[in-house]
Amino acid sequence: MTTDLTRLTADALATKLSSGEVSSVEATQAHLDRIAAVDGAVHAFLHVASDSALAEAADIDRRRAAGEEMHPLAGVPIAIKDVIVTKGMPTTSGSKILEGWVPPYDATVMTKLRAAGLVSIGKTNMDEFAMGSSTEHSAYGPTHNPWDLERIPGGSGGGSAAAVAAFEAPFALGSDTGGSIRQPAHVTGTVGLKPTYGGVSRYGAIALASSLDQIGPVSRTVLDSALLHDVIGGHDPRDSTSLTDAWPSFAEAVRNADVAGLRIGVIKELQGDGFQPGVMERFREALALLEGAGAIITEVELPSVEHAIAAYYLIMPAEASSNLAKFDSVRFGLRVNPKGGGTVEDVMSATREQGFGAEAKRRIILGTYALSAGYYDAYYGSAQKVRTLVQRDFAAAFANADVLVSPTAPTTAFKLGEKTGDPLSMYLNDIATIPANLAGIPGISVPAGLAAEDGLPVGIQFLAPAREDARLYGVAAALEALLEQKWGHTLLSQAPDLSPSEMNATDEGAV
Amino acid sequence: MAKLMDYDRALELFEPVLGFEVHIELSTKTKMFSDAPNYFGGEPNTNITPVDLGLPGSLPVVNGQAVRYAISLGLALGCSIAPTSRFARKNYFYPDLAKNYQISQSDEPIAFAGSVEVELPNGRMFTVPIERAHMEEDAGKLTHVGGATGRIQGAEYSLVDYNRAGVPLVEIVTDIIYGAEADAPELAKAYVSTIRDIVVGLGISEARMERGNLRCDANISLRRRTPEGEPPAPLGTRTETKNVNSLRSVERAIRYEIQRQAAILDDGGTITQETRHWHEDTGQTSAGRPKSDADDYRYFPEPDLLPVVPSAELIEELRAALPEAPAIRRRRLKAEWNFTDLEFQDLTNSGLVNEVIETVAAGAAPAAARKWWTGEIARTANAQGVDATTLVTPLQVAQLVALVDAGTLTDRLARQVLEGVIAGEGTPQQVVDARGLAVVSDDGALIAAIDEALQSQPDVLAKIRDGKVQAAGAVIGAVMKAMKGQADAARVRELVLERATALPE
Repeated sequence: MTTDLTRLTADALATKLSSGEVSSVEATQAHLDRIAAVDGAVHAFLHVASDSALAEAADIDRRRAAGEEMHPLAGVPIAIKDVIVTKGMPTTSGSKILEGWVPPYDATVMTKLRAAGLVSIGKTNMDEFAMGSSTEHSAYGPTHNPWDLERIPGGSGGGSAAAVAAFEAPFALGSDTGGSIRQPAHVTGTVGLKPTYGGVSRYGAIALASSLDQIGPVSRTVLDSALLHDVIGGHDPRDSTSLTDAWPSFAEAVRNADVAGLRIGVIKELQGDGFQPGVMERFREALALLEGAGAIITEVELPSVEHAIAAYYLIMPAEASSNLAKFDSVRFGLRVNPKGGGTVEDVMSATREQGFGAEAKRRIILGTYALSAGYYDAYYGSAQKVRTLVQRDFAAAFANADVLVSPTAPTTAFKLGEKTGDPLSMYLNDIATIPANLAGIPGISVPAGLAAEDGLPVGIQFLAPAREDARLYGVAAALEALLEQKWGHTLLSQAPDLSPSEMNATDEGAV
Repeated sequence: MAKLMDYDRALELFEPVLGFEVHIELSTKTKMFSDAPNYFGGEPNTNITPVDLGLPGSLPVVNGQAVRYAISLGLALGCSIAPTSRFARKNYFYPDLAKNYQISQSDEPIAFAGSVEVELPNGRMFTVPIERAHMEEDAGKLTHVGGATGRIQGAEYSLVDYNRAGVPLVEIVTDIIYGAEADAPELAKAYVSTIRDIVVGLGISEARMERGNLRCDANISLRRRTPEGEPPAPLGTRTETKNVNSLRSVERAIRYEIQRQAAILDDGGTITQETRHWHEDTGQTSAGRPKSDADDYRYFPEPDLLPVVPSAELIEELRAALPEAPAIRRRRLKAEWNFTDLEFQDLTNSGLVNEVIETVAAGAAPAAARKWWTGEIARTANAQGVDATTLVTPLQVAQLVALVDAGTLTDRLARQVLEGVIAGEGTPQQVVDARGLAVVSDDGALIAAIDEALQSQPDVLAKIRDGKVQAAGAVIGAVMKAMKGQADAARVRELVLERATALPE
């Protein structure tokens, strides 16, 4: 029975919790058991909060039994990307420099989750400070893709995506600076949405690049992402970049999904060269299904997109170089005392030398250089101009289309170790996701099926104008329904079971 | 000890060129970017939030009151207020800087292009050009433990108190100031004093230099004079003197730097571009950190904050609420009070203008108010080494003046009453009552004493009767002595003349 509970969507589990058919302790225990069974192989979690999760679950059960009015999602377990600060749970952002740090405060999204009664079961793995597309830059070892443990789960939020894909949690929080929610969703057959910049508070999200970062939901179904987004979204006076808009119910947008008459603009620049045939095949098939359901498919051009990666890899490291300056051993985290002592500068240097991984150092150096006197205009200044051009391209494209569409990433999951020696090819993974961060617009990745050549998941990305996140939930939910109707099952039901017996058998070469 | 050139000689050879950066701590309730109390005394590291500590994930939020204060100050400095200004990150590593960047303003300050009218002690009016005023956050406070100097060099370890981290600051930066000439030290003092008057008038800062609420960095360079008809020499290399914690020090530090730099330049040496520390005790500056224009703070727009876009309505509202500019106010008061140039200058230099204003407002005549504040009270303050404003209140002075005006006290008695008030014995009236110091205004008691004095000095009485009125002085003195000084000498004189004729032969 416990295995069954982990197979439920968050929405279905919430229904059983509300009706009293299942307790939160049972649901939480089921997921903790699943983690114990499979996470040795997947390594989605950096920290599993068994005790506090069961205590929170028991509290929810007690309050529900006492007749207290509860949020519909109260008692549902959730996994939290380790970039989000959590009172009482260690928070490392995937870095050795924060090993063992337990924050004295909660991120605003955590406060909202707790208020809604969601049960945090642990912190998920990620590339160090969200710098990467594979989780291989985590200081604590990579996460493995549940579809093929030899492959990457995407990044930086590979832990959250893998946890959800491996049924270790019904949904999770992620963060997306250049695709860190959407690209992992693409390679793990899950759903992930990057909200409009300012739609979800960044207070308590350890900053990579402040002008690009956004927290968002990761789940197995579009509805679950919408339900979670409804909880975490909205204005936060602690985040000056948080929008003051009143947001519509995203869950409502899912339930009212309809693509009839919807103008879907196919981004000309994000297909063809460099895109895996099996990815393009699923992409075109999805478009055909949408067209069959009444959507109007057109083509749009985003000419500046070809410069987007270059601009991104100046703006992001520039902001990161400044954001990561605070990790200096003085107030929190790792402290390395050089042999024979030294000045405070020596201690800071030794700490940062030992505490940061190679990719973090690479980006700090890149960003420091881009902001230096004499180079600022050529690098950071030019990149900001490209950013403006990308925004203008989107504005023009949205004049002729309600949503835009592209494959979420050029390829399916690559093998662990395949690209770690080649940062540029790793960076190119985010070619389709980065433009949305530069423009501050929302984007969602939904499963489109498996690529014929490797049998691995493929995602499709929809983009909408800023503040139109609801539109994404509508089109994504419609496509999800069309595809599942066609397949007769969910995509993740086709993923390997990962149960211990099966894995042992594989290990022993008995298959 | 550095070699110094005679000041007048230095001025013959060189033209001093000045520039000032004045930091003002705003007296808002909370910090610039967090809701921690804006208070940095007390137990270290208690008035802090995750934001002030720069904890991972924390974000700044701009204090709206600080922005309003900065706009008011900008307007009072005659600046234009930027319709859009922006915060920027100034990146450098230092342990008192929690995030290892300071949130400041770089090329888009909230206020720019203003000027301040400054009056020098010699009566000269000088217009100081203001380049900009911008908002920023203060850093924490380091205490270096071990080592002889209290400086970081030689210290065993250092303690950091982040209570001050995030305190709102406005930094006022002048343009290059030419033409001060020999008045340069006095201009420096008068400028900082005027800035202090402005912020106190606006009520936006405690502006106590000794507490660091108002801090002045003084930039100075010397330009060699060229014979008439020749092009001017290029500007000299500047030094930036920090740690100048009183108005007097500002003046002394500038004078010292002019003499020091002149001696070096005249010997064919060069000035090192550096910060210099002012030492109050020795009256000298010492070399600090070399500073170059190439210091690279990698400024970039603070992505965690939106641009500051004050509405035109807000700016006009704040402009309408501005108090009178100090220079204009001084001109007005001088006329209203009918003071001579010298009297007003004397008052201005004493720094007690506000006290006199309040004393006059409490009913005293301006001349009397000035006389008491710059006379007896200032002398006592000087002797006790305290600020005159801490001794008595303007209301107490006005009450004292009223007692004199009413004839209850003579000037001499009033000084005794003042002494009692300063000693904490109560209001002037309470001191009068407690010490029994009032003038004897009972003519009966006076007449009895006069009669006795006249009768005991028949020769004097005879002289008075002969019309030799000057002789009355001896009797008056005896009566005043008998009355222990608590009599109005003029009244005694009247009565002496009256009794001299009234007494039987």
